[in-house]
Amino acid sequence: HHLTPMASTLAEWTGKTVTVITCDGRSIIGQLRGHDQLQNLILSNSHERVYSIDAPVEMVPLGLYVIRGDNVVIISELDEDLDNKFDLTALRGEPLQPVAQNVL
Amino acid sequence: MSMFYYFFKTLVGKEVVVELKNNLAIRGKLHSVDQYLNMKLDEIDVEDKVQHPHLLSVKNCFIRGSTIRYVQIPPKDVNVDLLQDATRHEHADKS
Repeated sequence: HHLTPMASTLAEWTGKTVTVITCDGRSIIGQLRGHDQLQNLILSNSHERVYSIDAPVEMVPLGLYVIRGDNVVIISELDEDLDNKFDLTALRGEPLQPVAQNVL
Repeated sequence: MSMFYYFFKTLVGKEVVVELKNNLAIRGKLHSVDQYLNMKLDEIDVEDKVQHPHLLSVKNCFIRGSTIRYVQIPPKDVNVDLLQDATRHEHADKS
């Protein structure tokens, strides 16, 4: 199988902590253990970060997760140094909207 | 039918703003693009950080092409005439 340039991005991030934003607007953080060309992902030690406008950030432990690529919006490498600078109890945010499929 | 793939390849290294179907807008340097128009952006900056703190601790990101609504490009980085020509050839080859 021909390795597209994009597949190498996910390969570089294997073993690292990533943030995944899903189609339903969730933010899931975990260690990237595996992936494929369709962006199906395996995350270990994962948790969801729930942001709201009037409450501190909630952390929901999830454990070992498989995310189907269809549901992936963004995958990013989490910069732990940057992340530690933020006080999650003080952080507020609007929940992300869901992505509707096959529409603009 | 990979005209836009080649078009975006000419924009690698340039700054773009990607607006997603969940209304998130991300400014960054285009690092790479593939045939599905998945994109990797470096040095990202979320346009509305206060509303959306989800990507504060993140410097780069992989964006799934299917979730992109628009890509905003600086006019100086595009030769519109060349692009229009390419579109004509794309359609001519099909007829």
